[in-house]
Amino acid sequence: MADIQYTWPSKEKASVLGHSVLRLDGLEKSVGAAKYTYDINLKNQLIAQALGSPYGHCKIKSIDIAPAMKVKGVVHVELLRKAGDELQWNGELIAMVAAESEGAAGEGVAALKVDYEVLPSFTHDENLEEAKKRKLTTKAGGKVELQNEPGDDDDEEEFEAAEIERLFKESVHVVEGYYGVDAIAHCCLEPHGSTVEWDGDKLKAYHSTQNVSGTDEGFATALNITSDDVEVECNFIGGGFGSKFAADYWSVAAARVSKETGRPVKFMLSRDQELKIAGNRPSGYINVRLGADKNGVVQIWDSHHWGTAGTKGRGVSQSVIPYVFRPKNFRRLATGVKTNTVGSRAWRAPNHPQACAMTQTAYDDLAAKMGVSSYDIFLRNLENISSRQTADVYRRELEIAAKLMDWKAKWHPHGKGEAQGSIVEGMGIALHEWGGVANNSSATIRIHPDGGVESFCGTQELGTGTRTACAMVVAETFGLAPTDIKVHIGNSKLPVSGASGGSTTIGAISESHRRASLNALAKLFESVAGKLSAKAEQLEAVGGVIRVQGDPAKSIGWREACGSLGLKPLEASASHKRGDKSSLSSEGVGGVQMAHVAVDRETGVVRMKKYVAVQDMGLVVNPVTAESQIYGAVIMGISYALYEHRLTDPATGAFINSEMADYKLPRIGDIGEIVVELFEPEDQRQRGVIGLGEPPVISPGAAISNAVANALGVRVPVLPLIPERVLDALKAGKA
Amino acid sequence: MEGVSQSSFTLPSDSNGVIRMRDPANESGNSTGGGSSGTRSSENSSSGFSRRAFLRGSSAAAAAAAMVARPETASAQKANQGAEVVSGFKTITLSVNVQKHQVNVEPRTTLLEVLRYQLDLTGAKPVSQDGSSGASTVLIDGRPVMASTTLAIACEGKQIQTVESFGGAQPDSAPVAFVQHDAQQCGFCTPGFVVAARAFLDKHPHATEEEIRQGLNGNICRCGTYANVIQAVLSATKGG
Repeated sequence: MADIQYTWPSKEKASVLGHSVLRLDGLEKSVGAAKYTYDINLKNQLIAQALGSPYGHCKIKSIDIAPAMKVKGVVHVELLRKAGDELQWNGELIAMVAAESEGAAGEGVAALKVDYEVLPSFTHDENLEEAKKRKLTTKAGGKVELQNEPGDDDDEEEFEAAEIERLFKESVHVVEGYYGVDAIAHCCLEPHGSTVEWDGDKLKAYHSTQNVSGTDEGFATALNITSDDVEVECNFIGGGFGSKFAADYWSVAAARVSKETGRPVKFMLSRDQELKIAGNRPSGYINVRLGADKNGVVQIWDSHHWGTAGTKGRGVSQSVIPYVFRPKNFRRLATGVKTNTVGSRAWRAPNHPQACAMTQTAYDDLAAKMGVSSYDIFLRNLENISSRQTADVYRRELEIAAKLMDWKAKWHPHGKGEAQGSIVEGMGIALHEWGGVANNSSATIRIHPDGGVESFCGTQELGTGTRTACAMVVAETFGLAPTDIKVHIGNSKLPVSGASGGSTTIGAISESHRRASLNALAKLFESVAGKLSAKAEQLEAVGGVIRVQGDPAKSIGWREACGSLGLKPLEASASHKRGDKSSLSSEGVGGVQMAHVAVDRETGVVRMKKYVAVQDMGLVVNPVTAESQIYGAVIMGISYALYEHRLTDPATGAFINSEMADYKLPRIGDIGEIVVELFEPEDQRQRGVIGLGEPPVISPGAAISNAVANALGVRVPVLPLIPERVLDALKAGKA
Repeated sequence: MEGVSQSSFTLPSDSNGVIRMRDPANESGNSTGGGSSGTRSSENSSSGFSRRAFLRGSSAAAAAAAMVARPETASAQKANQGAEVVSGFKTITLSVNVQKHQVNVEPRTTLLEVLRYQLDLTGAKPVSQDGSSGASTVLIDGRPVMASTTLAIACEGKQIQTVESFGGAQPDSAPVAFVQHDAQQCGFCTPGFVVAARAFLDKHPHATEEEIRQGLNGNICRCGTYANVIQAVLSATKGG
C-alpha cells in the first residue's frame, strides 16, 4: 500500500468541509424524538429523588427514614450520609428515596426526618477582610517578573518592591481599580443524573455525560466491579458546559439502589439541586494598579486577586493574570477563599472569562483616564501579549470587528455620549485566547459491499454538532454526502474517544475520522483498482464515484466499487493521540469582541444593542454550527455579564436563588443584535482544525463591562451588572 | 373528582397565551430586572396574580396536592384545610395527539408526568417545576400551556397536542424552520421552544422580528440559540 497522506483538501477542492451542513439529528431534536438520559424509561423502573442539606454548614444529629418508608409507593430509602456527619455546603445529598412515581418519591423525601445542628458558615467570598478574620484564606500563588534583575547583594523582595515603585513613578498614566465577577452555576437544562439497570453483575448506565468513553471506570471503581462490566450510553445530552465529566456519587447511589431493589432506577437532580451541587464557576475579585507610558502602553501591572472554588479555597488561577495583555513588568498575587459552597467544576474556558474580566477592564479604564479610544489602547498594547495567537491576527480581527461595529463613527470618550432622556450608550472591546488542541480519539469506519458506510466512535454530541461533523469528515473523504454516513457515537463500548472539554472534540473526531476513512479508502482503492485498470494510488473518490486521477472517464460508481469487496464489509480504524503533531489539527486561537449597550441611568437597567464577535479557529469544518456555537457563547456571556450569579444567605449559607425563576438567565428579548464573523483566511485554514467551544465565551464579561463604563463614565466593578450595582456605581461616581 | 371542575382551573397567560405562574421570590430575590422577563412580571402584576393567590383559588386543593411533595407548599396546603381534598388513583381518558389514552392518575399527577412516564412522550421536558423555563410547553385546545404546572385531571375532555405530533413524514413547518436555521444546540429546550413558536405563529402569522423578540420570552435556552430561533421563526411567518 502506498503511503497515505493525512491532509485536508484545499478550500477549492473540498466538497463538504467548509460548506454549511444542517444537523443530521436536527429534526429528531426539534420534534422530541431524540432521547436524552432523562427520557429513557425502562420497564418496571423506579423513580428516585433525594434530600439535600438545607444549610451551608451543619451536622446531622439524627435521620429517621421510617416515615418515608410508610409513604405509599415508596420502595427503598438509601442513606448517603449518616448521623454525626458534617455537611459543608447547601444541597449536599443525604438520602435517596426510590418509588413507583415522581409524586411518591417526592412525598417520601418530604417525609424523611432529619435533625441538624446548624454550624457557622461563610459564603461571602467577595469579603476578603472577613475571610481573613475567620482564617479562611489560602495562598494561591503568584509571580513577579521584572526586566531589571537584582544585583548580587540585593535582597530580592526589597529589590522587587523598589523596582515596582520606580516603574510606577516613571509611568505617565497610572490606573487603580477594583473589578470582579461573581460565582455562577452551570445550570444545565437537563440536570445531572442517570437511568441505570443491572443484568446480573453488568451495569448499563444511561448517563448524562460529556465523557462517554471515560465514565465507566468511575462507576466500576465505586461499585467494586471492573469497567468491562459497565456500559455507558448517552446519545443526547441536555447541556454540560464542563460539569458532566464524572460518574457522580448520586448516579453511583442510583446503581446501588437498583442492585438492592432488582429494578431499573432513574435518578435526576431536581432543578434546585442541579444549581446547588452540580457545577459552578469560581468567583474572582481583583485590586489592580497599572502604569503606562505616554502612549498608553502598560509598563507595569501590580495585582492581587481572590475568590472561591468552594471549601478548599483556590479560585481563579494566577497563571492567566494579566490576561492576554502581559506587560514586561508585572507582579500578581492570588488568595483563595474557603467558603461553604460545593467545589467548582470546569466551566467553559476555565479561568479565562474571569481573568479577562479582571484584566481588560483595567486596560479600558486606562483609555478612559487618557480620554482616548479603547480601540487605540487595545491596539497599542498588542506589542506585549502572552497568547497562543499572534498579535498580527488580533490586529486583523480588531479591524474587522471595528468595521462591523462601525466603531469609529459611533465612538465617544467615556461618559461623554449624548443622552436620550435617561438613556446613555457606550461601546467596549475585549479579546481572548485559547488552545483547542485535538483530544485523543479512535474511530472505526465500515464500508459495506452494498455501498453503505458506518462510523463508530465513543465521542458525544454535546450540542456542538459532533454527529454531523463526523459524517462530514467521512463524506468528504469518500466523495459522498453527509447523509450517506451512518454515525455511531454515544456509547462506551465504541472505540475510545476523549471527553468533550476544553474545545478538544472537533479536532479529535476530525483526526480520527479523517485518518480512519483515508485508511479505509486506500483498501477500497486496492480492491477496485483492477476493475479500472489502474493502480490504487492513481485513484480518487469524488462526487459519488471512484475514478482515475486525470482521466475522469475511467470511473466507477461508489456502490459498484464497494461491490468489489465481495461478501465481507471492509473495516479500517485509526487513532489520534493528544499532542501528536499533525497537519490535520493544531491549537491556539484568538478572537476579538465588541459590545454596544444602552444604560438607563434612572433604573440602572443595561440593554444589549449590538454585539460583534470575530473568531478564528483554523479550518472551519461546518460554518453553520460554528456560527451557532459563537452566538451561543456570546449569549452565555451576556448572561454572566448582566444577569446570573449565585446568591447566598449570610445567616444559613444557603444558595437562595437556585430555582429557574430566580436564577436569572437572558431570554430571547434580551440579546440585541449579534454579528458573528468566522475569521478563516488561508494562513489560518492551513493550520488545520482547532476547537471553538471555549474561546468566544471569554470576552463578553469584559467587553460588556467596558461598554457600560463607556456609557456611564464610571465603572460598575463587579459582574453581573445588575441594576442595583449600576445605580450604586453612579452614586459613588458622583460623590 | 367533581371538586375540580375544568373551568375553575384557569391560569393567567401572557400576550402569547402562555400560562405561567409568578413567584413572589422572583421580585425580591435576584435584583436583575433588566430583562424582558421583568417586563412580563409587571404585566402580570397588573392582573394581580400571584402564586399565593393561585393557591388560595378554587383549585387550591388540587394545586396543593400537586405540589405536596415539596416542603415549601406544606404551609399553603395547611392554609386550605377547609377545601375538599381528593386523593387516590383514578383512571381517566386523555386525548393526546388525536388519540384517546386511558391513564392512571392521582390528583397531584401533572400532565407532564403522564406524558413522559405513561405515554412515553418525552418531547416535553422537565426543566423547572414552576414552568418558568417553558421546556414543557404543549398545546391544550390550541393554546400553549406548561405541562409541568398543569394537572392531568384538569385535561380530561381537552385536546392535548405534544411536539411529537409535529414530526412524521410531513413535519410541521416550525420544527423544519428550527432545523434550517440551526436553532438548537444541545436541543433540550428545543421541543418546548418549537411548540411555543407554533402557537405564536398561529396567533401572529405576520409577526415582525421585534414581535418575535417580545413574544417568545417564555422559553429559556442555556446554550444560547436565541439568535437562531429569531431567524427560524421569522422565516416561518407568512412574510418570511
